[in-house]
Amino acid sequence: MPNYRMNLMLCAGTGCVSNKAFELKDALEEELAKRELADEIRVVATGCQGFCAQGPIVLVEPEGIFYQLLRPADVPHLVEEHFVKGRPVEKLMYRPAEDADPIPNIGDIGFFEKQQLVALANRGIIDPENIDEYIARGGYTALAKAVTEMTGEEIIAEVKSSGLRGRGGAGFPTGQKWEFARNAEGDVKYVICNADEGDPGAFMDRSVVESDPHAVLEGMAIGAYAIGASRGFVYIRDEYPLATMRIVKAIKDATEYGLLGENIFGTDFSLSISVNRGAGAFVCGEETSLISSLEGKLPAPRVRPPYPAISGYDGKPTNINNVETWANIRHIINRGASWFSSIGTETSKGTKVFSLVGKVNNTGLVEVPMGVTLREMVFDIGGGIPDGKKFKAVQIGGPSGGCMPESLLDLPIDYESLKKVGSIVGSGGLVVMDEDNCMVDVARFFQEFTQKESCGKCVPCRVGTRHLVDILTRICEGEGKPGDIRRLQELAVDIKAGSLCGLGQTAANPVLTTIEFFREEYEAHINEKRCPAAVCKALISYRIDADKCTGCGKCKVACPVNVITGDRKEAHSIDPSGCIRCSMCKDVCPVDAVLVS
Amino acid sequence: MKLKPEDLEKIAERMRATTSLRDGEWRARITVHMGTCGIASGAREIMKAFLKQTGDQEEQDVMLTTSGCAGLCSHEPMATVELKGEPPIKYVKLTEAKVTKIFQDHVVGGQVVAEYALGKGHERIG
Ligand SMILES: Cc1cc2nc3c(=O)[nH]c(=O)nc-3n(C[C@H](O)[C@H](O)[C@H](O)COP(=O)(O)O)c2cc1C
Repeated sequence: MPNYRMNLMLCAGTGCVSNKAFELKDALEEELAKRELADEIRVVATGCQGFCAQGPIVLVEPEGIFYQLLRPADVPHLVEEHFVKGRPVEKLMYRPAEDADPIPNIGDIGFFEKQQLVALANRGIIDPENIDEYIARGGYTALAKAVTEMTGEEIIAEVKSSGLRGRGGAGFPTGQKWEFARNAEGDVKYVICNADEGDPGAFMDRSVVESDPHAVLEGMAIGAYAIGASRGFVYIRDEYPLATMRIVKAIKDATEYGLLGENIFGTDFSLSISVNRGAGAFVCGEETSLISSLEGKLPAPRVRPPYPAISGYDGKPTNINNVETWANIRHIINRGASWFSSIGTETSKGTKVFSLVGKVNNTGLVEVPMGVTLREMVFDIGGGIPDGKKFKAVQIGGPSGGCMPESLLDLPIDYESLKKVGSIVGSGGLVVMDEDNCMVDVARFFQEFTQKESCGKCVPCRVGTRHLVDILTRICEGEGKPGDIRRLQELAVDIKAGSLCGLGQTAANPVLTTIEFFREEYEAHINEKRCPAAVCKALISYRIDADKCTGCGKCKVACPVNVITGDRKEAHSIDPSGCIRCSMCKDVCPVDAVLVS
Repeated sequence: MKLKPEDLEKIAERMRATTSLRDGEWRARITVHMGTCGIASGAREIMKAFLKQTGDQEEQDVMLTTSGCAGLCSHEPMATVELKGEPPIKYVKLTEAKVTKIFQDHVVGGQVVAEYALGKGHERIG
């Protein structure tokens, strides 16, 4: 048996394995063999060393040198420098926090590095309830310029050539929409700000209004001037009390300064804006429903055309834009269309605000140039998946969007790229999922949401989504039948074709994309009655690994239905017949002896 | 008062003179981030804690103000502390005890509390 001069203790805990520890092991062994060091140095796979966030990691014994975040590509250099020449590679070593520069620059921190603030230019800087602070940072200069130096046509031309597209989901070119409204017949016209924001997990618009309400008002005023409107509405989700309070105060303060009201800046342009609280349904965010709700009627979508630009509120030409769309306008007027269109991609200009949530280390509100990839979003900005778990999917576009798998992570976020893969940019919700999320269950969640939120007007949407939920529930409960996948797909096509508004037309996207990218999970549920992520309760069972169990008794205490038996210091066991699969035992086990299958 | 376009610059100038650290009387500015996310994770308590500190010290040259969400919701409550002539420091996951230390060490003593700080400087705007 050879006498090793060095042991490379490679962590092969779940976290590091999902970070490709075994690929690293192969690379190390190959390189050691190549350099004929295999008899002197060996690689030992160990259990979890508890440093999953920095994995894969290698501890070099006897020196006690600790390398972190190793990639197979690092191996040749590492072997050459350290194991041949005896010079430990500092840049790969773990540095405890106190060694690092104690206070990094905000701009160097992953979460902030790729962000570029336009709509959120004042976030965290101004007091949103103080109009003077907004003015001190250039506020209302764009409105002054617009109404005193520009004609409506000039403004519209500028917005058109900026390439700005609606941020509320559909991505329609904003300037073009304004042009329709401006050219529409009618002496009374309206502008509306859509702040209804109903996507689960989304909070971009709320944050824009809360951080900088005047930016929204200034955009609305510029738009109203451009199309010839003198009355505006902010339709805001009722669950947003702080945002509502701030926009109401902003309107009052702006009116006191004459920035809203009669004869703005001494011109003959006048605009009054009022705030209306949302009626509490997802469909209220759809523009025709929203207008109907504003008029005091039931919020149900209607056939378009005529579009609101021709016949909107009270049958008059109405321009409706999303909060974030409005917040971009002042920058386009102040800094010019060419500045704006220099940001982003060929077809998608400017920045987009996202709310990044789910299984990521950094959750929060991010504004990035269009064209940033999903990978940059999840790993650079989001800081990756917590607890060393493996990435599974990122859901973009809310209930109308899709679940994007690992293989599509390099997709740039722009309107066209996402459309090609059956999703949408949407209004900016991003929900990250890891190996512990079951994609069938996720599809069911979104489907239940759209089913509950369907207004009921179109039968395919009302009844079709119900059937989708029923089939998905059946699959999750282990009652899936051969042909279910095809049934889901067929229904999806019919619902899309037979629905009036975007809700029904996109309702099946989460199902379709999960079938497309995670078909094997559906098949495992249906054919093998198995939930690979161990989420669907009807398909999993818990047992205790007798070899690992130390008999500490923690699980026995935690079990709410008392089905765990075993003496102290003896291996315990679970009676599967009474087990309710609540996972309490697994959560409390200190040695990971509870297995789910 | 109805503003004319030229009034905007006057307001901006007045604000610079009164609220900016560079031109104003202030020595330090503390901004507590109070979006819904911040408030939900306790920003009001943090505000109160800072108020208690400024009250205790009768610090006349420390401005305490609020702002919206700073973006990193998972690290709320957050506050930004800026001393005249120095880059602003963002503090995260604040508690009342941390506020006391930050106030004493950083605002009063001029020493950044590195262990509670996320980073220094500004975000990229525009
Ligand atoms: C079911 C449904 C819900 C919607 N919810 C919202 C919303 O909450 N906020 C929003 O701005 N747009 C929402 N929209 C899109 C609006 O119908 C409309 O396209 C948008 O307000 C136009 O503004 P934009 O061009 O600035 O994006 C929704 C659409 C549908 C079909």
